[in-house]
Amino acid sequence: MNLYNLTLSEAKDRIKKREISVKELVMSFFERIENVEKEISAFITVTYEKALEMVESTEKMLNNVDHSTLYLYGIPLAIKDNICTKGIKTTCASKILHNFVPPYESTVTSKLIQNGYILLGKTNLDEFAMGSSTENSGFHVTKNPWDKERIPGGSSGGSAAAVSADECIAALGSDTGGSIRQPASLCGVVGVKPTYGRVSRFGLVAFASSLDQIGPITKNVMDSAILLNVISGHDPKDSTSVPWEQEDFTKLLGQEIKGIKIGVPKEFFIEGMDKEVELAVKDAIRHLESLGAIIIDVSLPHTEYAVATYYIIATSEASSNLARYDGVKYGLRVNGKDLLDMYMKTRAMGFGKEVKRRIMLGTYSLSSGYYEAYYRKAQQVRTLIKKDFDDVFKQVDVIVTPTSPTPAFKIGERIENPLQMYLSDIFTISVNLAGVPGISIPCGFTSNNLPIGLQIIGKHFDEKNILKVAYAYEQSTEWHKKKPLI
Amino acid sequence: MEYEAVIGLEVHAQMLTETKIFCGCSTKFGAEPNTQTCPVCIGMPGVLPVLNKKALEFAIKTGISLNCSISRYSRFARKNYFYPDLPKGYQISQYELPICENGYIEIIIDGITKKIGITRIHMEEDAGKNIHEGTGDYSFVDLNRAGVPLMEIVSEPDIRTPQEAVEYLKKLRTILRYLDVCDGNMEQGSLRCDANISIRKKGQKELGVKVELKNMNSFKFVEKALDYEIKRQIRVLEEGGNIIQETRLWDSTLGITESMRSKEEAHDYRYFPEPDLVPIVIDDKWIDEIRESLPELPDKKRERFVSFYGISENDANFLTSEKSIANWFEEAVMLGGKPKIVANWIKGDLMKLLNADDKSFEDCKLKPSHLVEMLKFIENGTISGKIAKVVFEEMYRISEVSQEITAEKIIRDKGLLQISDEVEIEKIIDEILSKSKKEVDRYKAGEDKLLGYFVGQVMKATKGKANPQIVNELLKKKLSI
Repeated sequence: MNLYNLTLSEAKDRIKKREISVKELVMSFFERIENVEKEISAFITVTYEKALEMVESTEKMLNNVDHSTLYLYGIPLAIKDNICTKGIKTTCASKILHNFVPPYESTVTSKLIQNGYILLGKTNLDEFAMGSSTENSGFHVTKNPWDKERIPGGSSGGSAAAVSADECIAALGSDTGGSIRQPASLCGVVGVKPTYGRVSRFGLVAFASSLDQIGPITKNVMDSAILLNVISGHDPKDSTSVPWEQEDFTKLLGQEIKGIKIGVPKEFFIEGMDKEVELAVKDAIRHLESLGAIIIDVSLPHTEYAVATYYIIATSEASSNLARYDGVKYGLRVNGKDLLDMYMKTRAMGFGKEVKRRIMLGTYSLSSGYYEAYYRKAQQVRTLIKKDFDDVFKQVDVIVTPTSPTPAFKIGERIENPLQMYLSDIFTISVNLAGVPGISIPCGFTSNNLPIGLQIIGKHFDEKNILKVAYAYEQSTEWHKKKPLI
Repeated sequence: MEYEAVIGLEVHAQMLTETKIFCGCSTKFGAEPNTQTCPVCIGMPGVLPVLNKKALEFAIKTGISLNCSISRYSRFARKNYFYPDLPKGYQISQYELPICENGYIEIIIDGITKKIGITRIHMEEDAGKNIHEGTGDYSFVDLNRAGVPLMEIVSEPDIRTPQEAVEYLKKLRTILRYLDVCDGNMEQGSLRCDANISIRKKGQKELGVKVELKNMNSFKFVEKALDYEIKRQIRVLEEGGNIIQETRLWDSTLGITESMRSKEEAHDYRYFPEPDLVPIVIDDKWIDEIRESLPELPDKKRERFVSFYGISENDANFLTSEKSIANWFEEAVMLGGKPKIVANWIKGDLMKLLNADDKSFEDCKLKPSHLVEMLKFIENGTISGKIAKVVFEEMYRISEVSQEITAEKIIRDKGLLQISDEVEIEKIIDEILSKSKKEVDRYKAGEDKLLGYFVGQVMKATKGKANPQIVNELLKKKLSI
C-alpha cells in the first residue's frame, strides 16, 4: 500500500504515532500527482513549493501548540479554486481571474492552516462553479478517474476527481445546487453540503450567495466528519453564518441506526432516471432497513419546481455577484475606446458561454417589469419547497434519495444542451433551496463500473444524524473501498 | 395663470462613524488615495459585508428625531449598475424595507409653522471617486470614500417654494448636527441634496410631470436652481409645450439647469434583497435606549430658551440653530451674563467677527467666561458699552493665539478705563464750553438739541472714555447756570 492510499484518519493516526513523517506523506502525493495528473487534470495549480513551505512551518507549530489540538496536522488537502488562498492564484477557472492572487485568506483555509494542513493545489471547476461536469472550466476538462472519457461531475469536479484518484487525502468543494454531492457521487467518494450558515463563506468567491456552502469531499464518512469539525462555526466576517454551538461530528459515528426513521420521497424516483441507479439506491434503502431503520414513504410535492426556481434565484444573484469583474481593479482587462467598450470587451473575452448565459438569465429575471413574475415568484416557491422539507421532517429523521439521476456521462454529451445539463442536479438542488444539509456516499456501481451515489438529507443543523446513517451504511458495505484503475 | 410648485427633496447625509458601513476601514476625509481600503470595500472576489452597528444606531437616532416610525424588521438590497467608482458593480442600499418611515420636520415660514413629511430614511454605502483631471490618458479611481455610510432622507412632496425647501434643509442639517450623526458640510459633499420638482395650476389636484434636479451643493444653489426650474417649467407650459420627465443638472456658473438624461435613458437598477446580509431585527429595548440617549433637539431647546430665559422667539431661533451656539449662550448665562445681553453680543459682535474671518462657530476660541467678565466691567461702569465693542474685538483676536485673556488687562493696557471722575470731566467740560461761546448762547436761547453737540465734543476729547451719564448730568448743570 502506498501512503497516498491512506484516508485522512489513517494518515492522522500514523503521523501521531510517528510511523510516517509529514514530508514523506506529502511527497507521496506529489509523486502520485506527477504520475496521474496528466490523465486526470484535476488541478489548476499544483502548489509544490507552498506545500514544502507549509511542511516546514507545521513542524515549527509543534513548538508552540500541542499536537492533539492540531486536527489536520500534516494532512495534504486540495482546495477548489474558487476559495481564496492568500498569495496563491485563485482563478474560479475563469479567464477573467486568470492572474488573480488574493491578498487575503478565506476563513475556511485559515482554519485549515491553524490546524496544520498542507495545501497540495487548487482544483478545477466549472467556471465560477456554474455547471455539472467541469467542462465549463475556462482552462481544461477534468476526467473521471473511473472512465477517462467521462466527466467527473461538477462543479467541484476537480476536487472529487483528485480525491478519487488519490491525488490528495481529501478536498474542499463548494455546493450551490449539488456541486459537492453530484461529483462525489460520480467519482465514488463522499461529499457533504452542510446546512446553509454552518460554514463561513468568507473567501468563497460568490456564485449564488443564498445557496453557496463550502463542504468536504473525502474518501469516507469519518474523514468528512473530521473536516467538518474544523471548518464549521460562526464567523464574524460572514453575517449569514449562524452562531450555532460547536459540536463533534464524529461523536455519533458507529452508533446503531435501529429505529431511525428514513423518508423516501416518491418525487425522487422519476421517469427517465437510469435503471441501474434506481436499483442501486433501492438496494441501499433495503440495506438500511436491514440495519434496523424504519423506511417511510414521504412526499416533497414542490420538487418539480425546484430546478426552475433554482435557475431564477441562482442566476439573479450571480448576475449581481459577477458585476465586479469589470476590468477596473484586478483580473483581465481588455482595453476599449471608452469605458463602456472596455467593460464589454473585458467581459466578452473573460467569461465563458455558460457564465454569460446565466448572467443574462439573472439580469432578465431582476429587470423591472419581470421581477414580480420571476424573482419574487421564485422566492415564494422557495418558501414552499422549504416548507415541504419542514413537513416531512416532522415525520422522519433523514431523507434518502439518489444523488444523481444518472452515472457519469461522456465528455461533450450534454455540453450543447444546457437544459439536460441542468437536470443533472435535479435531486440535489432542492436541498440548497431549503438550506438543509446533505451527504452523498457510494452505494454501488453500474455494469460498466461507474460509481453510484446515495444522498442522505437531514434537518437544519442536524449533520450529525446524516453522518451517523451514512457511516452505518458505509461500514456495513464495501463500496467505499473500491478504487479506480488509472 | 397662477402656478404652484410641488417639491420633494432627497438628502444624502454622510454619517460620522469612525469606520465604514460594511468593513473596518477609517472614514477620515482627505487621506492619500486608496489608503483607507481593504478587500471588502475594494470589492475583491469572495469578501462579505458586515453591518457597522454604529451606522444603524445613527440611522435610528435620526429616525426618532425626525418623528419617524422605526422598522422592527428591515433589510438591505442591492442596487445594480456599472461604474468604476462602484467596486462591486452594485451599491448596498435599502429598498423595500427601509429602517425608518413616516416622519416629519417642522419649519417656520413667516411665523407660521408648517410640517414637511419624511417618507423614509434608508442606509446605504457611498461610492468612491473617479479622478479625471491631470491624469493624462487614464482616469484614476480613489476608493477611500467607497463604503462610507450614508443616510438617504426622502421628503414627501410637501414643499411649495424654494424658500421652504431651504428652510427644510437648514432644519434637517441642524438636527443632524445636534445628533452628531453628520457634519452637514454641503461644499465637501457630506450633505447632498437632490430635488424632485413639478408644477401645476393653483387649485389643481393632479401632479404635473416631475423633473429631478441634481448637483446643488449649497443652500443658495438649491434655492436658485429651484427658482430657475419653476420659471422654466412655467415658461414651457405657457408656450404650449410639455414638461419631459428627466434628470437635470444645476450649472452654478451659468445659473441654469440642463438636461442630463431622459426617463428612457434612466437605469434599471434591478434591486433585489442583499443575500449577504441577514434582515435587521430591532427590539424595542434598544430603540428606547437610543431615545433616552438623544440630546435636546432644536425645537425643544428653542421653546425652553424663550420660556426660561425670557428672550425673544427670534433670538432663541438664532441661538438654537447650532448646538455649539446654544451651549456657548447657556454657559455665559450660567456664569452670570444676562440672557438678553449675552444673546445680543453673540448675534451681533461675535457673529460679525466670525463671519468676517469665514469661521464657523465651532472654531470660535473665545470663551463665554471672557464675555461675562467684560460684561461686569460695563455694568460697574468701568467701561462704556461703546468701548466694550473695542475690548470685545481685542479679546476675540487674542483668543486666536492664547487663552490668557482678561478684559481687565486689555482695558488697562489700552487705557480704555471709563472716566467717571467728576472733577476730571468737569475740567474738560469747562474747557470745551469756554471755546464754544456761540453754541452756549444758542443753547441758552432755547436750542436744546445742541446738548448732543456738547456731549460729542466731550467724548471726542476723552476718546469715548467719559462716562456718558456723568457727562450728561454735568453738562446740563453747567449750561443751566
